[in-house]
Amino acid sequence: MVEFWWSYAWPTLWIVIQILFIVVPLLIVVAYLTYAERKVIGLMQLRMGPNVVGPFGLLQPFADALKLMTKELIIPTGANRVVFLLAPMLTFILAMVGWAVIPVAEGWVLSDINVGILYLFAISSLGVYGIIMAGWASNSKYPFLGALRSAAQMVSYEVSIGFVIITVLLAVGSLNLTDIVLAQKDVWFFIPLLPMFIVFVVSALAETNRAPFDLPEAEAELVTGYNVEYSAMAFALFFLGEYANMVLMSGMTVILFLGGWLPPLDIAIFNWVPGIIWFALKVSAILFVFLWVRATLPRYRYDQLMRLGWKVFLPASLLWVVVTAGAIVVFDWYPGVVN
Amino acid sequence: MAMLDRTARSLLLAEIIAGLWLTLKYFFKPKVTLNYPYEKGLISPRFRGEHALRRYPNGEERCIACKLCEAICPAQAITIEAEPRTDGSRRTTRYDIDMTKCIYCGFCQEACPVDAIVEGPNFEFATETREELMYDKEKLLTNGDRWESELAAAISADAPYR
Amino acid sequence: MVIQALAFYLFAALAVASGVMVISARNPVHSVLFLILAFFNAAGLFVLIGAEFLAMILIVVYVGAVAVLFLFVVMMLDINFAELREGFLQYLPVGALIGLILAAELILIFGAWIVAPDAEQTLTSPALPLDQVTNTHALGRIIYTDYVYLFQASGLILLIAMIGAIVLTLRHRPGVRRQKIADQVSRRREDVVEVRDVTTGGGA
Repeated sequence: MVEFWWSYAWPTLWIVIQILFIVVPLLIVVAYLTYAERKVIGLMQLRMGPNVVGPFGLLQPFADALKLMTKELIIPTGANRVVFLLAPMLTFILAMVGWAVIPVAEGWVLSDINVGILYLFAISSLGVYGIIMAGWASNSKYPFLGALRSAAQMVSYEVSIGFVIITVLLAVGSLNLTDIVLAQKDVWFFIPLLPMFIVFVVSALAETNRAPFDLPEAEAELVTGYNVEYSAMAFALFFLGEYANMVLMSGMTVILFLGGWLPPLDIAIFNWVPGIIWFALKVSAILFVFLWVRATLPRYRYDQLMRLGWKVFLPASLLWVVVTAGAIVVFDWYPGVVN
Repeated sequence: MAMLDRTARSLLLAEIIAGLWLTLKYFFKPKVTLNYPYEKGLISPRFRGEHALRRYPNGEERCIACKLCEAICPAQAITIEAEPRTDGSRRTTRYDIDMTKCIYCGFCQEACPVDAIVEGPNFEFATETREELMYDKEKLLTNGDRWESELAAAISADAPYR
Repeated sequence: MVIQALAFYLFAALAVASGVMVISARNPVHSVLFLILAFFNAAGLFVLIGAEFLAMILIVVYVGAVAVLFLFVVMMLDINFAELREGFLQYLPVGALIGLILAAELILIFGAWIVAPDAEQTLTSPALPLDQVTNTHALGRIIYTDYVYLFQASGLILLIAMIGAIVLTLRHRPGVRRQKIADQVSRRREDVVEVRDVTTGGGA
């Protein structure tokens, strides 16, 4: 019995505790991201944003959550029930599981696997299934059109994200996320790889279906796209998943280009601040850019979106892969992790 | 040269950055929102809000039942019935306004020869039932008594322009 | 070890079960979804034998891209399966015959297959011991050294397939008005608008 406890039950329990330590703060971050979005966009449009529920409206996300939880879940008669209910769960779960490999500080990671970046790439490429399943299972035209658009969009931009990741990998020589961060000790990758950084941020906007690439939920033409038929908690799960995906993509950007938990300068004052604070600050900065862009730019037209993805970003990122690889070979800049 | 300039600008995302800079400036500008239930905007003396029937300072009601307001009302929201009072003066026995029909055009107060029916500055008279919006004479007179100081001030402020 | 064994049987059973569901599900969209589940379990099996790179690539390529396109096609097609199954029994004898011929051929091929004498040795000792390099490095070393020509050839085949698909579907339609974004963006006010002072009554 004792042996069973120490060899099976306790490790399982310990992992569950660690997962809770990641997921609970993440959900709070997601809740306050919705608040931040309304506040930031409000301020940029000379409005106040939510300011009634609690001091400065800080309890607004909880009021919204309470409202959504007490509403009625409606399943359309023509819908495919199983897939219809599976889709929001899938979206939400996929947005959560990506965090298993994200190192938020030196050694603070649930699972430090060898192929961390590929795992993240795989998880983000699966996000399209939640949307496409929701669109199909709703058995309704607006969701279906939204799902098709979204699927085409995400598949297109994944290609350039893949090339951006390859460029970073060429500079690091490892697929492990901790190694990627530690390789940026001297200089964060967004300086030598600036074009790739921009391509990545824009592709991340497209990948998470955020403005100006929020065509799947273009209110003006598709009502709201794939989630038209959803209500109550199922809708909330889509919403949480979308925002959690934004946080995940920001985390990826920070790890790949902004030096993860590393302080901006290697001096004592900055080194006293714990790594997780730096990580959180950087993620917040990227998230602010997400919101800022939404308040600034109008929505792309669908053919412009596809043109940008396939005719601009794909050749540009492919070219930069070749340039980076060439530079590494010519100047003999092989990264340290060679064996 | 212009070609080079344009290419450089588009590669450096000059226009997007200019747009982002603009929104960032607005982010820090003071906001113009009024905290509505606690702060309210200014109201013109000509504002046409909730109706009221006024009285003379001695307490006599102004309305003489000429029915000009009833006649001019484009939404036909006003219903008036009248007969001589015991002292022989002509007064209304019934003065109803259907506030759900009213379009707040202000013709009634323009038509009134004695400034009896007026539209006051009050716009917060939402009710929970439809029936409460069928105003009768008593309700209108109560409104007049409650808002008299504001109504008188508004009429005297607008008088020079009439 | 118990947990690994349990995980193996879970993944294997799910993979087989979803494989069966792929061909037995009535709704083609369900079939594709079960196919995705099968891919997932295969990836889980790869992880169990320590080939995490292959597992991730399987998910990225097959689940993330190929299956999405499958799903696209299947969702957009309006297939009536009752109609398709009508002639099923009629073609059964021919189908069974072809299947038998194929099976016989496969048996003949495998019966005559001579395994190289050192194959077993090569199989059991990979290029580099796995505890020293990650399997990503090991794969890279083999693919880009010993098998570099085959690797390039497979890349070329894919390129040819892509060009073929484009050539088959590309049609030049004359008279199509296309948006020239560069021209639109580079238009300047001074080039296209002219402010003229028109005298009163002097206009044409």
